[in-house]
Order: sequence, then C-alpha cells, then structure tokens
Amino acid sequence: MVWMSWTLPTAAFFAGIALILVAMTTWQAIYPSVERKGFLPIETTRGDRLFIGLLSSAFVHLGFVALSDVPLYVATALCVLWMCFLMRWG
Amino acid sequence: MTKVENNKAWWLVLPVFLIVAFSAIIPLMTVVNYSVQDIFDPYTRYFVGTEWFKQVMLDERLHDALIRQFIFSFTILAIEIPLGIMVALMMPTKGKGASLALILVAIPLLIPWNVVGTIWQIFGRADIGLFGAMMAELGINYNYASEPMHAWLTVVLMDVWHWTPLVALLCYSGLRAIPEVYYQAARIDKASRWAVFRYIQLPKLTNVLIIGVLLRFMDSFMIYTEPFVLTGGGPGTSTTFLSQSLVQQAIGQFDLGPAAAFSLVYFLIILLVCWVFYTTIMHMQKDK
Repeated sequence: MVWMSWTLPTAAFFAGIALILVAMTTWQAIYPSVERKGFLPIETTRGDRLFIGLLSSAFVHLGFVALSDVPLYVATALCVLWMCFLMRWG
Repeated sequence: MTKVENNKAWWLVLPVFLIVAFSAIIPLMTVVNYSVQDIFDPYTRYFVGTEWFKQVMLDERLHDALIRQFIFSFTILAIEIPLGIMVALMMPTKGKGASLALILVAIPLLIPWNVVGTIWQIFGRADIGLFGAMMAELGINYNYASEPMHAWLTVVLMDVWHWTPLVALLCYSGLRAIPEVYYQAARIDKASRWAVFRYIQLPKLTNVLIIGVLLRFMDSFMIYTEPFVLTGGGPGTSTTFLSQSLVQQAIGQFDLGPAAAFSLVYFLIILLVCWVFYTTIMHMQKDK
C-alpha cells in the first residue's frame, strides 16, 4: 500500500464514500427506491440523487478552492446541507 | 402474486468488479492521493492540501486547452454523427456488396492511432501528400505546420476519417435490427423517404446513437496520439488539447502532484458532460 501514497484526509474521504455506498445499498435492499419528481427537472431514484449530489459537491469544492480563500470545511458543510436537501426534496 | 426477488445473479458481477477495481478504482485512488501532495516518489512526499487544485484551476494555459478541447469535441460530434447516419443509410443491405461495404468502412478503425497520425502527416504535406498537393493545385497555400486554421482542419478531418466508421457501423447494426413490418406499414401509408427516416429509422436508432455520442465524446475529449503525431500540439499551442497538456506536465516536467490534480478536474468534467448527455437522451426517449 506504500506505493499508493495514502494520506489521512484522502483515506478518510474514501472511507466516507465507501460508507455512503454501503449504507445506500443496504437502504436500497430494505426499502427499494422508486423514481419520483422533486424540485429537479427530471425524475430521479435515490441513487441518481446521490450521484448528482456528489458530483455537484465536487464542483462546489473546486469552485471554493479556485475562487476564494474561505476554508474548505465551509464548502464541505454547505455540501452536506445541499446533499440532505437534494436527497429529501430533489 | 408476490414477486420473488432473486439477487444471487449479482455475484456474477463480482469478477468484473474486481477487474475494474484493479484497473480503474485503485489507480484513481492513487491519483487522488498524489493530488494533495508534493510527491517525487512514495518516500519523498509532502502534504500540500488543495494547493495543486488552486494552481490548476487558475492556469490560463489549461483554460485555453479546455476551450480548444470542447470546440474540438463538439465539432467532430456535429460532423461524425450525421455523416455516420448518412453512410449507414447508404450502405447496401444484401449480397456481396454489403460485406464489401462493411470491410471498407471498417478499415480506418483497424489502423493504430499513431499510424493514423503519420498517414495524415504525409497526406497533408503539399510536397508529397495527396491532400496537401490538391490544396496547392486549388491555389490554397495549405500548411498545417504553420497555419493554426490549417492544423485544425487537418486534425478534424483526420478524426472524422478515423471515427465516422464507428458511428456508421453502430447505425448500420441499428438499422438492420428494424423489423421489415415497419417498412411495410410505411409503404401502405405511402410514407415519403424522409418520413420513414424521421418516424421509423431515427427513433429506432436512438439507443445506438446514445452509445455513439457517448463513445465519440469521451474518446475525442481524451484524444492524444493522433494530434500529437500530426502537429505535436502546434503551431504554437493551437492544437494542444487537454491530454497533451497533462502528459507534458506529468511526464515532461514530472510534476506529479499538479498533474494528478489536473487529471481529477479533467475526469470530473468528462463525468459531468457524459452524465448530462446520457440523462438528456434517456429522458427524451422516456418522454416519447
């Protein structure tokens, strides 16, 4: 594993993603998701909303890094709120 | 009646998952690790946080390469998709002619990418190449090595020549899968050739076109070898696309950290555009 040059923040990031995937898979197995229409212009399943949320969060983080000197945890906090909002009403 | 769900078949996906993990997920994780470090080798590294991302996002050269990349990808899609459909519609459907047409159309796909670059490098030269000589005969001082517009024209023509056959073959297979009864119904209704295309062939081609557009977009967005061999990214930086900038940074300058950050931004852009394409096309289909 040395060749992968792990750092604590990247390990935590991937552990977080893995946990989300495991949780979503379990959720799906117990309560299968159905497509529904929320505030997004398209019908989405729970997995679609997760994907949209993660991808948009990545771009929000990139935007924060490029355009401001605000600490990154502010972007992360905003993205967590956005993800919750998207998963519930998206 | 209760529907019985049997999820055992998911185990059959396991080998694919392991291969993808080995060939894509683990390397991607390594790139993420590299992107937050100033790294020379696994033992000589310093954590720098998001510094490389900031540098990459504010780099003017990369902005220019990104704009060029989008212009290139959308240009070739705008040419290759309609042209591929047209070629597929014109290809014979029966007899020896069909086999011959399939072989002829598939030939450019069989040629290695660096050879394609070399072919067009020679083809475009005014002194020894047919295309260059033809342009010279027409009174055009054609020189892809010094004129940016000529270099662009040659790179676009090369890509169209190389990859339109893929779209044509996909569409050809899609057209062959349309049952004859649709055409019979169209004949009874005295539908025009255009109506047959618009209301029978085109809707039935949607699935193969989704694959065609996605494949061509991703492939053209990652194009490296052909322009590198043909123009070397020049004249100046006029045909330097994203992958070439990335290779220059990663291998030429051995800036592994910034190159890793660049790769991730590049990856996210491809992911976003492909998702937008896929979702749009799938929802258009669903609305019908």
